[in-house]
Amino acid sequence: MKTLVKILVGLLALVVLSPVLFLLTGSLMGDGELQTALGPALTQMEGYAFFRFLPRYPTLASYAGLLLDTPSFFVMFWNSVKLTGAILIGQLFVGTPAAWAFAQYRFPGKRLLFLLYILLMMMPFQVMMLSNYLVLDSFSLLDTHEGIILPAVFSTFPVFIMYRFFQGIPKALLDAARLDGAGDFRLFWNIGIPLGAPGIFSVLVLGFLEYWNLLEQPMAFLKTKALWPLSLFLPNLDLSRAGVAFAASAVAMIPAVLVFLSGQEYLEQGILAAAVKE
Amino acid sequence: MKQKKHFTRKKQKYGKSKSQGAAFLFLLPSFAGSAVFLIVPFGDVVRRSFTEAVSGAFVGLANYRAIFTNRAFLLAMKNTLRFLAVCIPLLVVISLALAVILKKQSRFSRLCKTSFLLPMALPVACVVLLWKALFSGQGLINGWLSYIGIPGLDYMNTNAAFWVLMISYLWRNVGYDMVLWMAGLSGIPESLYEAARVDGAGEWRCFVSITLPNLLPSLSTITILSLLNAFKVFREAYLTAGDYPHESIYLIQHLFNNWYRDLSLDKMAAAAVVNCAGILVLVLLLLASWGKEDME
Repeated sequence: MKTLVKILVGLLALVVLSPVLFLLTGSLMGDGELQTALGPALTQMEGYAFFRFLPRYPTLASYAGLLLDTPSFFVMFWNSVKLTGAILIGQLFVGTPAAWAFAQYRFPGKRLLFLLYILLMMMPFQVMMLSNYLVLDSFSLLDTHEGIILPAVFSTFPVFIMYRFFQGIPKALLDAARLDGAGDFRLFWNIGIPLGAPGIFSVLVLGFLEYWNLLEQPMAFLKTKALWPLSLFLPNLDLSRAGVAFAASAVAMIPAVLVFLSGQEYLEQGILAAAVKE
Repeated sequence: MKQKKHFTRKKQKYGKSKSQGAAFLFLLPSFAGSAVFLIVPFGDVVRRSFTEAVSGAFVGLANYRAIFTNRAFLLAMKNTLRFLAVCIPLLVVISLALAVILKKQSRFSRLCKTSFLLPMALPVACVVLLWKALFSGQGLINGWLSYIGIPGLDYMNTNAAFWVLMISYLWRNVGYDMVLWMAGLSGIPESLYEAARVDGAGEWRCFVSITLPNLLPSLSTITILSLLNAFKVFREAYLTAGDYPHESIYLIQHLFNNWYRDLSLDKMAAAAVVNCAGILVLVLLLLASWGKEDME
């Protein structure tokens, strides 16, 4: 019975994982093989689609095609890198000190302000869409990368995660350092940052996965195609060249998978920090 | 003596206000930014929800009346509620089952956990291709069904789109809830189980009498968080059907996109305020459940 349950869960895990295998396999098939296999589903050929998880004629032709004659792909890839990088750096600069203030100080209005931060962090995009639009419009930031980056930099989600990690720093340690004459800034820099590092990594991992996948904001606020990130470009690919579409999807997926695999521990810690009070 | 006490109190007060100054400096960039980009503009949205879009004249609750009689709004509300009612219980139960089965630390359960978490890391755009291949009228699923002689469906353009959305949602979110359940499970002392086993309790008995009651506080937190996260289901919907979905999965998010395209700012404002109120209630519930919970 126990083994049976395990086998079933193992099978389910494989099914859940199969999209990754599907993309990688598909990207190694040539256009011809893909066309015969998936043509019915993707380009209205006769019959039904089928798929082999081992390509019959493995080839790197699709990747070569992507490299050589799809210049727009590079623009979009670079857009994604730029947006994700700028947002994460900005979030760290703005969010880390704020999280420290919430975790270590008492000041009037703190509870109310913190409630406001939690509320803002839970707001889905559609609720903030109009206010985003209004503020971007008034600063003439519509259809610019800055218009995507700036509101995201001031997201309160990273503040909350880092707050949870900063809270775990033992009070005695901070009091001792204060007695030794360390000032507010030194405490933050020499104790807060090193001991809160796991929280910072959690923010980076969760943030990377979120912003590499950014969809709603660019869809609403970026009209110029040359500014689009990959996540908006991929669904609009020309499916008659299925090989290139597969290779592009695989290349966009690989950074996310690498960050996930190397940061899974921080990802889990971050999920818990955002969800559960210790 | 009295004077001295007075003196120290004064000094303490001075010290406190000095560190309040530091707190202010630490907080300033974040607060200034959120005020400019999030808080003040949202205040403007609240104001706009009571005014007419073009003239800016005060119209009281007219915009709210307009959205609550708007067919698209009611459809989107109905679909969203139906989606929540079906998906949240499924998500919570499935992820709990997986968490219990994979609780014991082993290579196998670590691998499975990684596999269940991975979908949340995958950019939705990358999997759009696969969903097209699977669910289109001549796609893989209908191909497999045709082997066993079952006629296929056009999943994306019929009511079946709802089920495709549900599967996409479960696929992307089950790992997240599983991690939360596992944390709840690890908070239950092993000694409880040992004692029960000594008394002859089997696996099922242990689950019903120990695991479930001890997980009750986690249940409320996890349900509320799943609800809050479900408001962000747009990516899964986009994955399933792109910009113009079948009527059965026309959600609040699509409605906002449409109103945005038509620049129906007054309707958007009123609907944003209504949504925000719903989320405020959920957040207050979440804070309450954090308050009484002692899960590690």
